[in-house]
Amino acid sequence: MRYVAAETVEQAVALLAGETGDARVLAGGTDLLVQIRMDLIEPDLLVDIKRIDGMFDITPENGGYRIGAAVSGAMLGEHAGVCALWPGVVEGFELIGSTQVQGRATMAGNLCNASPAGDAVPALVAANATVRIAGPDGTRDCAVADIPVAPGKTSLGKGEFITSVYLPARSDSAADAYLRFIPRTEMDIAVASAAVSLEMEGDICRAARVVLGAVGPTILIADQAAKTLVGTTMDDAALDALATACSDLASPIDDKRGTVEFRKDVVGVLAKRAAKIAQTRAGGKS
Amino acid sequence: MALDTDKREFKIVGTRPLRPDGIDKVTGRALYGADTTAPGMLVGRVLRSPHAHARIVSIDASAAEALQGVKAVITAADFTTANNSHSQAVLDNCMARGKAMYHGHGVAAVAAVSEAIAKQALKLIKVDYEILPHVTEIEDALKPDAPVLYPDKPAKRVPEGTPANVSHVTHFGHGDLEAGFAKADKIIERTFRTEATHQGYIEPHACLASVSPDGKGDLWCCTQGHYNVRALCADFMGMDASQLRVTASEIGGGFGGKTTVFIEPIALALSRKANKPVKLVMSREEVFKASGPTMSSVTDVKIGMTKDGRITAGYANLRYQCGAFPSGTIELGAMSAFAAYDLDAVKTDGLNVMTNRPREAAYRAPGAPTAVYPVESVVDELCQELGLDPLDVRLKNAARKGTKASYGPTFDDIGLVATLEAAKAHPHYSAPLGPNQARGVSCGFWFNFGGNTSVSLAVNVDGTVTLTEGNPDIGGSRASIGMMAAEELGIPFDKVRTLVADTASLGFNDVTDGSRVTFAVGLATIKAARDAIQKMCARVAKIWDIDPEAVVWEDGCVKPAGDNAGQYEPMSLAEIAAISVKTGGPIAGHHEVNADGAGVSFGVHLADVEVDPETGHTSVVRYTVFQDAGKAVHPAYVEGQMQGGAVQGIGWALNEEYIYGADGRLQNAGFLDYRIPVASDLPPIDTVILEIPNPGHPYGVRGVGETPIVPPLAALNNAVSRAIGVRMSALPMSPPRILKAIKG
Ligand SMILES: Cc1cc2nc3c(=O)[nH]c(=O)nc-3n(C[C@H](O)[C@H](O)[C@H](O)COP(=O)(O)OP(=O)(O)OC[C@H]3O[C@@H](n4cnc5c(N)ncnc54)[C@H](O)[C@@H]3O)c2cc1C
Repeated sequence: MRYVAAETVEQAVALLAGETGDARVLAGGTDLLVQIRMDLIEPDLLVDIKRIDGMFDITPENGGYRIGAAVSGAMLGEHAGVCALWPGVVEGFELIGSTQVQGRATMAGNLCNASPAGDAVPALVAANATVRIAGPDGTRDCAVADIPVAPGKTSLGKGEFITSVYLPARSDSAADAYLRFIPRTEMDIAVASAAVSLEMEGDICRAARVVLGAVGPTILIADQAAKTLVGTTMDDAALDALATACSDLASPIDDKRGTVEFRKDVVGVLAKRAAKIAQTRAGGKS
Repeated sequence: MALDTDKREFKIVGTRPLRPDGIDKVTGRALYGADTTAPGMLVGRVLRSPHAHARIVSIDASAAEALQGVKAVITAADFTTANNSHSQAVLDNCMARGKAMYHGHGVAAVAAVSEAIAKQALKLIKVDYEILPHVTEIEDALKPDAPVLYPDKPAKRVPEGTPANVSHVTHFGHGDLEAGFAKADKIIERTFRTEATHQGYIEPHACLASVSPDGKGDLWCCTQGHYNVRALCADFMGMDASQLRVTASEIGGGFGGKTTVFIEPIALALSRKANKPVKLVMSREEVFKASGPTMSSVTDVKIGMTKDGRITAGYANLRYQCGAFPSGTIELGAMSAFAAYDLDAVKTDGLNVMTNRPREAAYRAPGAPTAVYPVESVVDELCQELGLDPLDVRLKNAARKGTKASYGPTFDDIGLVATLEAAKAHPHYSAPLGPNQARGVSCGFWFNFGGNTSVSLAVNVDGTVTLTEGNPDIGGSRASIGMMAAEELGIPFDKVRTLVADTASLGFNDVTDGSRVTFAVGLATIKAARDAIQKMCARVAKIWDIDPEAVVWEDGCVKPAGDNAGQYEPMSLAEIAAISVKTGGPIAGHHEVNADGAGVSFGVHLADVEVDPETGHTSVVRYTVFQDAGKAVHPAYVEGQMQGGAVQGIGWALNEEYIYGADGRLQNAGFLDYRIPVASDLPPIDTVILEIPNPGHPYGVRGVGETPIVPPLAALNNAVSRAIGVRMSALPMSPPRILKAIKG
């Protein structure tokens, strides 16, 4: 196994594209190194992207923010602008691991690990976030939602890697929230999760995006469920309808972490609770 | 050795000096199992069975042996047969002999010059398995058509007609059950289930072995009992005990799980074959798969009670599974189930059934938590149904001095009533509860143990004392033992250094288990100090040229007594020590004993929980432990034991479990999916120490380490059941199970 700390995007792309064996991007390493230690993978080449210029930058762009691929949870959590604009994205990212893990873990790493239970992903998708991808054919942008395709699999091509994540602008009367269910209080993997992003106009919900995690092979975008909120004051009836729609959409499996029945129930409860938090946050801003 | 009759004012015992191992542990200087190295050391690795049950048709290690850098490959054939069936089971659990009995069972091992080569070598070992049908669950293993683990070796001491996988059958009790139940106003019968849990120590098993061609061996390892390690390993290796020296490292938790051997014989055999030192360290995955978890259990309980809360009869039928080898832990369960109660009619029947799971290792109060949980849960349900206060009912039925225990003996001075009264009087018991909250109560019990102990105490010429004992310190025993020595000798605690010596330095010492060390090693230390005192008295009498009977030991000095009182200046330990070389040579005390009289210990726990009715998530919001310590030598360590036991019990009750797939493979061999509580899951665990002296110890000390893991299972069960309005009867009470119960 070889390790190279790339100095430029071009060098990283060339290394990744040129490797005939198994080449992996190393960001925080909090998934990758664990998988190597557990003998789950045996990469031939690790390309560390943390030395590349700009990977730790958080830059305002068109009213939103562009976040470098190596920015850790601890760094993002200290960025007042991002925290104010996308509190749900930050809270999802900050749920990952412990203080130590927070100092290293990245959103792109969470996304490219492609676990349906990744905690940073649902709120990014609910935010309509995009990623910028560098590759042998140049640079392209892609919706976060289109990156994971199956457990452990992404849509990235050979030689491609994510250089930044972009969180768009939005109105003052909008907010988001993310909740996950774990049996404990931390250091655990989501049994079910829900992100809700809302746009309010006075008491009325004008737009909503709901995304569910850990209840399907990839995250689920719950558009039908989101519609139950739009045009309502988000009263109990609307929230119950949201919960039911989320439970119906969920297609989880029975495994050591939870039963189908439990996950379906709980994902609805989480969506309902996240919606209320987002509603309160949106109200607090206007 | 009885309680000292003169009521003494303790000067050191009962205080909280800084822990002697603290600095080393927090700075990383302490040497744990994996921290010992030797020149030319090889890396050992174990090949483990991917199957739950399989005949080993053949093992072909030729390709592994041919790999550059591989220095030895061993299998079960590299050991002798053990000298009794118990030891043979220990050995066969380390390395499968003929059959792999569970997923993760060791089948071969390699020693190589690097970890990478060792790993590669494992892949080159070809094992031809004939897969056999497996069984991992209690009820399945008891079925007439169950796969039989040892068809050629029927259990000896079980009645005819007992299912083939049963290794032990046991019965305890007294009185007329039928008449007892006839007197009850209310009888509740329920079946309870618990899942296997792991001790969850943070330090994986690790050792370094070095065997030389002349047959001498050295072993450094992380263990709760290196004398036991020596006895077992010398047997398996065909060595004389005197030729094998075992040194115990600092230990990162054991909780009973390090009272036997798993990798130590393997490292020794590899070292002998390779003629080089071999280091062997388990991964966390191996710890889960192949070191001792505790039992799982299914228990039927039936208890009768009168309207005013008197228990008229109690019966429990306990079925434990303790993995793929015979286990007698069921006896401890059947003995402890009803120990807290003074009953006219009580009976327990128990059996142990073998399954294709790793061999059970002791876990803190082995057998007791799973036995007390069903009983305390049914008592609570009876209280709830009859509208009675759960502490009042326990007080009404509590075992006390003179009670004939459900397991036979008659109790001497015990602290249960005082403990229950303390719980009742505590503000926790009357504190208001919020929405979705409820309070649970449970008693707990442990026998405690004494056992074989050797201690040597050297009085150094500078007036300090070196205490040598042979029990790895898993809970602060070096502090409490040093404190007892200082107390006896009348010198400051920091003048005593207590060391855990290797097996060559002292007579035999039993394992650090059964909550025996502060009791038994403490007792031997007091005796050793008194032995040294006697020698110092004789020495001073000689200096003063008076009769040895004419001096006394008082306040850390030898003083003239009787007719001679006041005639001479008292001499302190330091003064006597300073001139010892001129007055007859070094002064040392020692004591060897098979200690008896470990007093039993009772505890009562109060647990407040809040259950989220929509997710089934339980938060423990308040928790208080009340326990009789006899005499708390170092109260902070006693509190630590009470807190640690409570936390492990909370984990057992809420989320910890071994999960097996239909293929008989363990699915959660790691801390991600084997969920021990993390710090943020827990409230502060409050503690109240009671001191009802143990008549069997000079200072009244009782063991405290095990009792506190016993009550949490039922305390949590009772709190959760009351919070959700449904009686729960299976552990762990993980959120899916609770939500299902709520939804009906
Ligand atoms: C103790 C612990 C607790 C954890 N808790 C949680 C948790 O609560 N929730 C949760 O969701 N996860 C958790 N994780 C998993 C992990 O921390 C997260 O998934 C984290 O976000 C991964 O980021 P990373 O930068 O460390 O990724 P890495 O390990 O560096 O990479 C992960 C994967 O993504 C690829 N990759 C990384 N960056 C890029 C990129 N820019 N472009 C393309 N591919 C890339 C890598 O090649 C690799 O396959 C935990 C891990 C640990 C060790």
